[in-house]
Formats: sequence, structure tokens, C-alpha cells
Amino acid sequence: MDAHPTPSPSFLQAIFAIVWKDLRAEFRSFELVSSMLVFSLLVILIFNFALELDIKTRQSVTAGVLWTTFAFAGTLGLNRSMAIEKDRGSLDGLLLAPVDRSAIYFGKFISNLAFMLLVEIIVLPIYSILYNTNLFQPGLLLVILLGSIGYTAVGTLLSAMSVQTRTRDVLLPILLFPVAFSVLLAAVKASGGFLNNSELTEILLPINLLIAYDVIFIAVSFMVFDTIVEE
Amino acid sequence: MIIVKKLVKRFGLKTVLRGVDFEVQPGEFVALLGPNGAGKTTFLRILASLSRPSLGEVNIAGYRLPNQAAQVRARLGVVSHLPLLYTDLSAEENLRFYARLYGITNYQLRITDVLELIGLETRRRDLVRTFSRGMQQRLAIGRAILHDPDVMLFDEPYTGLDQDASSLLDDILNTLARQGRTVVMTSHDLARVEDLATRFDILSRGVIAATATQRQLKRTDLLTFYKQALVA
Repeated sequence: MDAHPTPSPSFLQAIFAIVWKDLRAEFRSFELVSSMLVFSLLVILIFNFALELDIKTRQSVTAGVLWTTFAFAGTLGLNRSMAIEKDRGSLDGLLLAPVDRSAIYFGKFISNLAFMLLVEIIVLPIYSILYNTNLFQPGLLLVILLGSIGYTAVGTLLSAMSVQTRTRDVLLPILLFPVAFSVLLAAVKASGGFLNNSELTEILLPINLLIAYDVIFIAVSFMVFDTIVEE
Repeated sequence: MIIVKKLVKRFGLKTVLRGVDFEVQPGEFVALLGPNGAGKTTFLRILASLSRPSLGEVNIAGYRLPNQAAQVRARLGVVSHLPLLYTDLSAEENLRFYARLYGITNYQLRITDVLELIGLETRRRDLVRTFSRGMQQRLAIGRAILHDPDVMLFDEPYTGLDQDASSLLDDILNTLARQGRTVVMTSHDLARVEDLATRFDILSRGVIAATATQRQLKRTDLLTFYKQALVA
């Protein structure tokens, strides 16, 4: 029995451990990413055939369709990510560790963000081909990153809350969409601006809003996560 | 090692624990018995810092809950009827993950020691989803003792185990008791805890209704003591 426990393992070490665990488990099962990916592709295809738009109109709706796809797929992933922990009791395993519980939040947040970004990386080229739009613009990619950070930051917190209820599958979107509405709106505006080659001054406001929302959501989640996960 | 005074736990209007007083000395093995709904799991979850007490004091290894929860958690090992493991990771990966969460240095050596103790050394690289319920429960114990805790909490650890797996769990629990760890275990199975525990506490209607040491029980059997405590 020569273990050397330390009362307070490093905050970053705990975050890294959770991210490593999530990525390792996911790349073995593809349970989460595959469902998000299939769902995203279905949404894109449905919009593509349902709207039957001309090229000009397509460009104007691209930002909205893109973020609707990301939001729905993201919700699916967020729900599943926390449900895996809850159903197998491993959420208690995490909460029993002698680490600041906000490290658990950041670990789950980074994993969820990685999954969402991975799905987006796969979806973007398919979307570009189907909608005949170049989505590989540095500005647009920055907006996608900022929007995904904000959405995942608040989504991770709310999924930790909703997973403890019996109606978690229904409850998460009900809680998440109104709260994340501001992020999604700013992301759609900024994405639309880049796709329509708008003036930079017009795009800067939604980008600044996105950065502000990201900071606020991460800070609030950091402060309240402990209270949310404790009975 | 564990001191609980006038512990009350309410969920909304429902009071589950109604002023529990409970004390465990270092090295004691306490079996916490009681009918379904008596509050055993709630009580253990409070000791494990997974749930906040509504009222009362909880002190473990000199640290007070909930203010010093991180220090308490560093000294606790918890095993429930759920294994708290990741089925898409191997046995070794699960232990490595928890070792990192507990800040254990030189964890490879420690993981090997633990896997030998729980008899899963040959299955260390196998995914947990290929394990039987009994093997998962042994690995769950391995996870709980990885950081060498002073206090072990077991919540119905025999749930879902067959006869062989239960016997193996008995052996591991005996080993833990011999190592001088303080153990609190809830169980429905009176016959199984009778030989393991050094003290028996009956939790009924939200309070400790009766307590007896193994020595005191030699004059009567555990089942009679249990029934009398519930009727009183």
C-alpha cells in the first residue's frame, strides 16, 4: 500500500484526465460522434431538398441552416455525453474525486467541444458541396469556433442539471435553446456577414457579442457547477 | 474516524433522516442495516459528500462536511451497487483515469498491486464491457481502494452478484478489514454481513434504532436483533 495520495491534485491534471477518458472512450465506441454526425447530415439533406432554393437565396439562408444543424446535433451530443456518466453511475465516481468540481465541468466542456468541432469539420465540406457555398473562410471558421464554445459552455452546465431528471431528453433543449438563443443569434449574424461579404464593421458587433457570451457563460458555469451537481 | 451528530436530510417536504447520531472508531467494520426506504443510501451519500445534509454535523477523519469535502473525499473509498466504471475503457485504463483524478504518483505500480489484490491482473487490458457483473464489482473495489483510503463506504455491494462473486467479495472485504480500514457497509443480506462486521447498526424511520457489537450478539442472533429493533 504505497500509494501517495495528494489532498488536492492539480486542477489541470484533473481536466486533462477527464478529457483523455472521454476521447479514449469515444474513439473506441463512436457512440456520441456517430449519432451527432448522422443527425447533422440528415438535417442538411432535409433542408437541401425541402427548400429547393436558387443560388442567391441559398447563400442568404446558409448561416441559419448551418447553425440550426449545429445546435440540434450539439444538443444530442451534450445530452448523451452526460447521460453516459449518469446511467453508469460514473458521474458519482467523478464527484467523489478530491478535485475542485469546476475541473469536472471544464473537462466535460472541453470533451463536448472537441466532439462538436469534429462533427463540424466533417459536416462543413459536405455542406459546401450540397449548398454550393464556400464555407472555408477564416472569419467564418472563427465564428463557428466562438459559437461552438458558447453553445457547449452553457450546454454542458445545463446537461449536468437536466440529466438528473427523468425527462432529461426533453428538458435539455427546453432549457438550452432559450439560454443559448443569444449565442446562436450572434453566430448566425456573424456567419451571414462573412457569407454575404458584408463590411467588417457590421460583422464586428456580433463577433464581440459572441466573445462576451463565451466569457459570461464559462464564468457562470464555473461558479455554479458545484451547486448544480450536488443533491 | 466518523462522527455524525443530529443529522437531518430533507427532500422537499419529505424528511428521510431525522437526527441520526453515529460514530465509528478507526478500524471498525460497521454494517448499517435497515428496510428499504430507511435512508441507508441517503446516509452513505452524505458521508461520501455526494449529498448535503439539511441539518447536523458530519466529521470524517478530522474534516468537516460540507466545508472540507475535498479533504474528506481524498480519504474515502466508495463502492455502490453501480460500478462507477467506464465500459469502453479497459480495467487498467479505468484505474489509470481514477489514479490521475486522485493525483496518485507512480500509479503504474499501484495499479498492478490493486489488480493483483482483486484478482484481475490477467484481464487488465480487457474492456470492462466484457466483464461479468462480479468482475466489474471487483474492479469497482479496486477503483475505490486505489488511493489507499482510510475509510471505505459500501452501499449494497452484493446487489446482482452470484454466489461465487459474493464469496470473492467476502474475501476482499476480509482483506480490507485485516488491513485496518474503517468500513461502513449497508446491506439487506444479514447472513452475509454477520461474520464480516464488528458492529451492527439498524437504521429505521430515519434514526439509528439499535446498535450492537458482534460480541454482544453472541447471545442472540442477528436476525432476532434486527427484527426487535424494527418493532421497537
